[in-house]
Amino acid sequence: MNSQDIGNNIEMNFFKFYTRITQVKLLGRVSRNVKELSEALANVPSASIYHHTHRYLEQHRYFSPEHPNDFSYWINNSLGLKKLGELVASLDIFQFRDIEDLRRELIKILKDYLVKTPSLRNCIPGEEFNFLSSRIFIIPTNFTAKNLEEFKDCIGKASIHSIYFHMFEARVRLKKGDNDFSYWLRTTGYPGLADRLSRFDPYTYTLEGIRRKIIEAVTQQMQSDAAHK
Amino acid sequence: MLHINEYRSIVGNQVIDELYILAEKLKGFSITNVNSTAMGGGVAEILNRMIPLMRNLGLSVFWEVIKGDDVFFDITKKIHNGLHGVEVSITRQEFKHFLEINQKNSEDFKNWADIMYIHDPQPIGLVKKRKQFKNKWIWRCHIDFSKPQRDIWLFLKKFIEKYDASVFSAPAFSRRLSIPQVLVAPSIDPLSDKNKELEQGFIDSVLSRFGIDKDKPIITQVSRFDYLKDPVGVIKAYRLVKKYTDCQLVLAGGGAKDDPEGQKVLKEVMDEAEADKDIFVLLLPSDSNLEINALQRASSVILQKSLKEGFGLTVCEGLWKEKPVIAGAVGGIPLQIAHKYSGILTYTVEGTAYWIKHLLHEPEYAKILGQHGKQHVKNNFLITRHIQDYLLLFLSLFNRDDEVNL
Repeated sequence: MNSQDIGNNIEMNFFKFYTRITQVKLLGRVSRNVKELSEALANVPSASIYHHTHRYLEQHRYFSPEHPNDFSYWINNSLGLKKLGELVASLDIFQFRDIEDLRRELIKILKDYLVKTPSLRNCIPGEEFNFLSSRIFIIPTNFTAKNLEEFKDCIGKASIHSIYFHMFEARVRLKKGDNDFSYWLRTTGYPGLADRLSRFDPYTYTLEGIRRKIIEAVTQQMQSDAAHK
Repeated sequence: MLHINEYRSIVGNQVIDELYILAEKLKGFSITNVNSTAMGGGVAEILNRMIPLMRNLGLSVFWEVIKGDDVFFDITKKIHNGLHGVEVSITRQEFKHFLEINQKNSEDFKNWADIMYIHDPQPIGLVKKRKQFKNKWIWRCHIDFSKPQRDIWLFLKKFIEKYDASVFSAPAFSRRLSIPQVLVAPSIDPLSDKNKELEQGFIDSVLSRFGIDKDKPIITQVSRFDYLKDPVGVIKAYRLVKKYTDCQLVLAGGGAKDDPEGQKVLKEVMDEAEADKDIFVLLLPSDSNLEINALQRASSVILQKSLKEGFGLTVCEGLWKEKPVIAGAVGGIPLQIAHKYSGILTYTVEGTAYWIKHLLHEPEYAKILGQHGKQHVKNNFLITRHIQDYLLLFLSLFNRDDEVNL
């Protein structure tokens, strides 16, 4: 298999669950203030922007941190810019299907701030923003579903990394435009359920919350199917 | 000797199964680790534990130790200090001697592998051999690299950039380099003597041996007697707490022997502790892992009030035991603690005292912090994650894509 085949998880209407492991790369690039952050954001690879805006989702899998991305956390805690930090924290990441759009929006917020702010505030030495990036290694799991019941069972058992991969990585990092589950559900005759999962903003839940939410939606679909039989 | 499968009960089958899948992709490759000491020090400790586990996964992993004279190790000690901001002077002659020892080792060396994994600066010059063997080379920096002295950095950089990849322990250690840099955080071994589960009877016997009252709250800091660990600040925080809540303080550590500064710090700590019978300053031998484990497990609150820190793995050790940990927000500590969720980050003696009181008075909240902390360590800082990172690192030498389908 080569990288072109990444995430080809649907075979003969079976849903094959994959998972992925992340390697964190260091870019050796630091920012000390908002201007430097804005300049760096324009130049770092898209995998870096993805990493800094999605890392929290997996690391804090049972709670939603106050600052759901590294940029807002740093702006708030190391620069002490509460208002700007909140603006960056509240960014509606779900609306972006392409990291490049997210990059543009982040830079726009920072540039708007810079236009209105005459003086720059540097962080204290040692608290610079260190740019990271990541690469993913995708591996198959033993979970395969060929109907809704098996799908629900797999969602309950699959690792949080597998759910994360199909919900977030497929949609944004692998640029499929939608999550893998919705794509499969559409091909298996559940467009309503697929739309429901597509509309649901996973960024505002913890990963365990997402698991529960999917199971809940699938259960309701199964109950509705049973009632109409 | 522990087998990798024994970690299944701790991290789950999936994590171990994934390690086997990754290792399978590395079948046929040989890997040789090279460092400068077989015993003592963090690098030797982790290699001693990790290499047998990697072999369990089917990997051909070897470990070689370079040889050097006293002058060489004096120079490498200076390099070590110069990398984390201490002003040192290394002469041309010393740099030359450093290179000669590396050259001599490379001539005597037999175990050249497909992947050469070089740990820390001491054997860094072996990479000169890469042209001859056309193999892959990784340089792993275990030490605090936050403020490297310029001449030392420029000297090392010439070698580092000859490698295929470099590895650092914290984002702040990263530098502008022409080769890929990978982040691999340190780890703890949950089945080691320092971290494994202990019988309550053993814990009680350790307390009794040191004269510590098991029925009175215990605040503990385990660390070397070093200014940067602020043991005197810990005593001051304890005194602020003691005014309101009866408790005991345990300061346990080693490192004072053969270390003039350590002895000075220890004396200051003893002076500060004076005749307080509830302060226990324990100078423990380096093999006191079970005792340290017992002291941590008996504690109500664990401190790591560092003023400067490389990574600060004692925080992970405390969290793994489900203890509420209060630590200085320095070095790698904020990576281990999310403030008020999986522990407490503080900056001052007063702040530390405030949170000790709070946690002693609110044991339910303290318990939740400990539970979250343990989960965080389980997800991010166990030896199995460390092995996984290394396997990915080896695989990444052969595939530079950002998305790799295995």
